[in-house]
Amino acid sequence: MPAETTTSPAPASAQAPAFELKASSFTLPVIRLLGLDMDAVEAQLGSKVEQAPGFFRNTPVVVDLSGLPKEGGALAFPQLVGTLRGLGMIPVGVRGGDAAQNEAARAMELAILGDNTRASRQQASEPAPDHDDGGATATHAQQAGGAEVGSVLVHRPVRSGQRLYAAGGDLTVIGPVSSGAELMADGNIHVYGPLRGRVIAGLQGDTTARVFCNELQAELVSIAGHYRVSENIPAEVKGRAVQVFLDHEILRIEPLA
Amino acid sequence: MARIIVITSGKGGVGKTTTAAAMAMGLAQRGHRTVVIDFDVGLRNLDLIMGCERRVVYDFVNVINGEANLTQALIRDKRCDSLYVLPASQTRDKEALTKEGVGEVLEELGKGHDYIVCDSPAGIEHGATMAMYFADDAVVVTNPEVSSVRDSDRMLGILSSKSRRAEEGEEPIKEHLLLTRYAPERVDRGEMLSVGDVQEILSLNLIGVVPESKAVLNASNAGIPVVLDSESTAGQAYNDMVSRYLGEDVPMRFLEAEKKGILSRFFGG
Repeated sequence: MPAETTTSPAPASAQAPAFELKASSFTLPVIRLLGLDMDAVEAQLGSKVEQAPGFFRNTPVVVDLSGLPKEGGALAFPQLVGTLRGLGMIPVGVRGGDAAQNEAARAMELAILGDNTRASRQQASEPAPDHDDGGATATHAQQAGGAEVGSVLVHRPVRSGQRLYAAGGDLTVIGPVSSGAELMADGNIHVYGPLRGRVIAGLQGDTTARVFCNELQAELVSIAGHYRVSENIPAEVKGRAVQVFLDHEILRIEPLA
Repeated sequence: MARIIVITSGKGGVGKTTTAAAMAMGLAQRGHRTVVIDFDVGLRNLDLIMGCERRVVYDFVNVINGEANLTQALIRDKRCDSLYVLPASQTRDKEALTKEGVGEVLEELGKGHDYIVCDSPAGIEHGATMAMYFADDAVVVTNPEVSSVRDSDRMLGILSSKSRRAEEGEEPIKEHLLLTRYAPERVDRGEMLSVGDVQEILSLNLIGVVPESKAVLNASNAGIPVVLDSESTAGQAYNDMVSRYLGEDVPMRFLEAEKKGILSRFFGG
């Protein structure tokens, strides 16, 4: 189930770029193996697929090997892949395997995926670097966003022309956000200071994301694609401490206490 | 090693060169060995403001390209022995400034001087980024109007991310705000942003407020840095700025509109 689809625009001329390179995250079903008996897997998985054939047809799946017993012989990868394909799924990769299992997976042209649950928890606990980018482009922030997952904390003013992006987490700014600055996050955005720039929370479509700020003077507020420009922000909430959230697809701005 | 101060703004015409000249002259007058460099290659003006335009033989780009050495290019100020000017080239463009070249010149200058003042060109392109790259301190010159304030804000963002100190993860550049062409009467009439307004937007340490003054234009035309005109309000304000930069606690002046007495009103002063 792709969380975000990226399509490259058709080339308009010979000079136009033929593709764009982007980072994107997807939610995929994970099959966590608990034993080495592939016949048992086939039987049990078969009955699952029968219940919801549409859900599994042409669905990319990831095989999690971390639950396998350490002893007891090697996993029969060719049989496993054959079983999954036979049931209409597209095995794309494995995770949580040891060196030998990864080698066998590679031989079957499966990708070795990182154990992202552990990785993201680790990264979130590390002090997040700020993505100051003096240039008007978001290259720096996007590059960093592609590589790192988690929340970002910035305790400096965010100046006009700077763009910050917290991929997969919250963005917190302690300090003013100037007009002409842009904050983006897949999660919530918190600003402890006057917010005069643009804020985009729930960038990947999370409709539960919210924006919190001490002093709302934003040029634009957006949550999961629903936005308001400064002109459409009611005067009675301007300059106040507010939260912004989506209520049945309507962007609501409410004063905090 | 000398302290490198960049005078910058983003927007043009706000008083960068006047400020650079004032800062350099002020530091030199206090006995510090100072050199002021014009980074505005192709549009050089500092030599005019410093009144040394007829003594330029070699320039900054000649030194970077190895066509002249620093001793040949530096112009000693006639009014103050400890002040030197390194003029920009008028015939090249800003691409002539390479990071390596600028770095070498600054290092060489740093051996014999206490302060190096870099007069940045307007804009945020190559010339401006070269002027600020090696800086230790920055004076952001701002006029009390919205476009100048926004450009300064942009410049501050660049200072905090594109400088040598930022790239090498050192202590960030020390940023100072200088408000120029300030007219308290117009602030009172609501025609101009006040010091408070600008500080609230930029949240920056205020190093000085220079009032709008005819003395600035006169000084520029005469090639005498306005800081030498101790009669003028602008000259005094610039002197205060230099003192504050050196750590003295000087109260801000010229923030209030002058109360016009009956006589000055009568004479239209």
